[in-house]
Amino acid sequence: MKLESNIPAGPLAQKWEKRKFDYKLVNPANKRKYEVIVVGAGLAGASAAATLAELGYRVKNFVYHDSPRRAHSIAAQGGINAAKNYQNDGDSVHRLFYDTIKGGDFRAREANVHRLAEVSVNIIDQCVAQGVPFAREYGGLLDNRSFGGAQVSRTFYARGQTGQQLLLGAYSALCRQIGLGAVQSHTRSEMLDLVVVDGQAKGIIVRDLITGAISRHAADAVVLATGGYGNVYNLSTYARHSNATAIWRAYKRGACFANPCFTQIHPTCIPVSGDYQSKLTLMSESLRNDGRIWVPKKAGDKRPPAEIPEAERDYYLERLYPSFGNLAPRDISSRAAKRVCDEGRGVGESGLGVYLDFAEAIRRLGEDKIRERYGNLFDIYHEITNENAYRVPMRIYPAIHYMMGGLWVDYNLMSNLPGLFVLGEANFSDHGANRLGASALMQGLADGYFIIPYTLGNYLATQKPDQRPSTDHPAFKEAEENVRGIIKRLLSRKGKRSTADFHKQLGRLLWEHCGMARTEASLNKALQAIPVLREEFWQNLNLPGEAESLNQSLERAGRVADYMELAELLCRDALERRESCGGHFREEYQYEDGEARRDDENFAHVAAWEYQGPDKAPVRHIEPLVYEETKMSTRSYK
Amino acid sequence: MKVKLKIWRQKDQHSAGRFEVIDSPELNPNMSFLEMLDVVNEDLTATGREPVAFDHDCREGICGTCSLVINGKPHGPHRGVATCQTYMRSFKEGDTIIVEPFRARPFPVVKDLIINRQAFDKIMHAGGFISVRTGGACDANALPVPKEAADAAMDAAACIGCGACVAACKNASAMLFVAAKAAHLGLLPQGQPERYRRAKAMVAAMDEAGFGNCTVTGSCEAVCPKNIGLEFIARLNRDFALALLKGERPAASAGAG
Repeated sequence: MKLESNIPAGPLAQKWEKRKFDYKLVNPANKRKYEVIVVGAGLAGASAAATLAELGYRVKNFVYHDSPRRAHSIAAQGGINAAKNYQNDGDSVHRLFYDTIKGGDFRAREANVHRLAEVSVNIIDQCVAQGVPFAREYGGLLDNRSFGGAQVSRTFYARGQTGQQLLLGAYSALCRQIGLGAVQSHTRSEMLDLVVVDGQAKGIIVRDLITGAISRHAADAVVLATGGYGNVYNLSTYARHSNATAIWRAYKRGACFANPCFTQIHPTCIPVSGDYQSKLTLMSESLRNDGRIWVPKKAGDKRPPAEIPEAERDYYLERLYPSFGNLAPRDISSRAAKRVCDEGRGVGESGLGVYLDFAEAIRRLGEDKIRERYGNLFDIYHEITNENAYRVPMRIYPAIHYMMGGLWVDYNLMSNLPGLFVLGEANFSDHGANRLGASALMQGLADGYFIIPYTLGNYLATQKPDQRPSTDHPAFKEAEENVRGIIKRLLSRKGKRSTADFHKQLGRLLWEHCGMARTEASLNKALQAIPVLREEFWQNLNLPGEAESLNQSLERAGRVADYMELAELLCRDALERRESCGGHFREEYQYEDGEARRDDENFAHVAAWEYQGPDKAPVRHIEPLVYEETKMSTRSYK
Repeated sequence: MKVKLKIWRQKDQHSAGRFEVIDSPELNPNMSFLEMLDVVNEDLTATGREPVAFDHDCREGICGTCSLVINGKPHGPHRGVATCQTYMRSFKEGDTIIVEPFRARPFPVVKDLIINRQAFDKIMHAGGFISVRTGGACDANALPVPKEAADAAMDAAACIGCGACVAACKNASAMLFVAAKAAHLGLLPQGQPERYRRAKAMVAAMDEAGFGNCTVTGSCEAVCPKNIGLEFIARLNRDFALALLKGERPAASAGAG
């Protein structure tokens, strides 16, 4: 199979303009003859569903939450990037493009990223018009702050709740369309399979999480905006229900999975405290604007932080990366934290932590200013740790936060299965091997508000109106039977171990062997251990309850069953990518100072995996990354 | 530490519920309340009993999914904190903790501690938005918004839509929820054109969903995990009264002229 990226010809800055003109259009009277399924209602899903309905398509939206307002986009704290240059500090579309490409360690498509930077400015306009209460200056204009990986202030924010406010903006647009009858909203409805008819995505199979009823839904196109798969690691900053099932089952229907090993590990999370822990909580990267990260210079120094004099502290990010300092990108900051902890200089009971210290900022700006900027984050920290970060430094440690990999899509955000579009974190497209802070919100909304409305029309124009298959088509029947079969298999196990127990073990295995640092040996070990664990899962699972009612144990078991397979693909991808780049660090490939050593000669490509059937090795396809405008340089933040 | 849970069990919306007493296994005071329930559920699963169904997701106090009444108080003992951010260090060894779902007629119990809050979405469908289409917006800085207005709007917009305000209210009124959304949009210049129409539409949807009237007891404010204040209710009352005074303009045909 050849992966055709469909990148338009012509100069980089004109590709999107030109492509928009080339796209086929659907006339307004015909739009209402097309039905579109949108799965998910995070930033990408809600903005896509609302915008497509505004255009006149009939939209069905499915979420497993009790309301479309709850997707995990809501938890993004810090901000959203846009090349507005309101600060007059030298920002431009080209600079945002370049920072994002470089931040992604030259493993993203130039054309996609440039388009993202172009539409970033429209996103801010759109959100302000919806009433998103961004932070303002006294003159009434928008305020900005800086974020990792950038030397300009281009991040727009709404206190520490930017994701919430942007999501509520998209949700309100969606509500308006639901109220108008243009979107049919299905809540507590989980997509469990994709239906492919004659090679094209034409529907989904859904389980009603209250009644357990399985239903079939046909459409002219299917849009997946179902988020990332970081919970494969069990402990992460994701919401507990975030899962890979929608994209994984689409993968098993033939959609290629690209760069599964590109894992973002966020440097500033609250450290793990015990085995019972269900999730890790992020402390926004924006804290690094004013907080200083340090550890004791001496290994094993267990004195309280206040008793460690200035001269015996190592502000290691400022020392190693003087020009970016505490705002070094996430992958680099995370690995630096791991290195100092591996040297025995970590802090806190477990020794897996570093200090994020606000003492100097409080002296400089006053406690009130810090409270105004980050008050809610300090509150969260206090609730979790029972410590007052205005008095003692926060303790932080890296944690799984975001997955750059996802279903493969072309420039039009369509997967290799025609009719299947993938938006937001669920696709792989814009962040390369590492995502910069405040770029996820930008991508989700760019995909939903400003890209899919154009690209979807171009596909639908090739489909006859009102010609979608009926749900009686054999493909629907087969997909429904597949779903019923999985549920039945899960419930028929009468073993000894709970789903949560298996999930924990899988997560520990992945974190240890395919986490912040990976080696050929560790990956091979994981690739041996995962199938054994999977086998045990299917033999020894203890799953209570029944299929025909609300059964949270069953929901989780289905998702963990998918993680058991996805974990293997993740390790396989990490093994095959014999280089270090961004969020994928192979210990064999590093410079003497511990920085990642990329191999542009052999790995300047997207690896997209194609499913071949159970117990068969998937096929690794390659889409070469062609850089026309930028030079693939060594990424330096020194 | 160990505690005794007196916990609400209900098979489905149409069955009667009852309290069940469950002894917790050994706990750690640094567990969150929901992690305690996870551990209890693991124990129930291992011993062949049915785990307790409860709603949760982000576990960092922002998604608004978790919704427990703990010892009679929605979201538990602390002010300005959601259930998921309540920690076991707030309880003592041997405590009996009563755990119930949010109770209100418009929020029917679905199973155990899980409720149906679609009534909130319906209120939002009726008017919780600014009618703007994607693509038509002017430059974001073309419309300055006084910092004070933006900050006040953000105070209101912090609502997570959990429904604790309804659960705490003796009338099951949704006024704090509706007021927060109406104020968030009504405080901003972008929200002015629809300000009065919005107030009326959202209040009508609230009434239709079966929420009770507000008698300003302030219990909603006391349990709100985001500390949203009663002043927004005053604002909604004012907008609603003004909307009634302004009356309806007869609809003009879009095709006219």
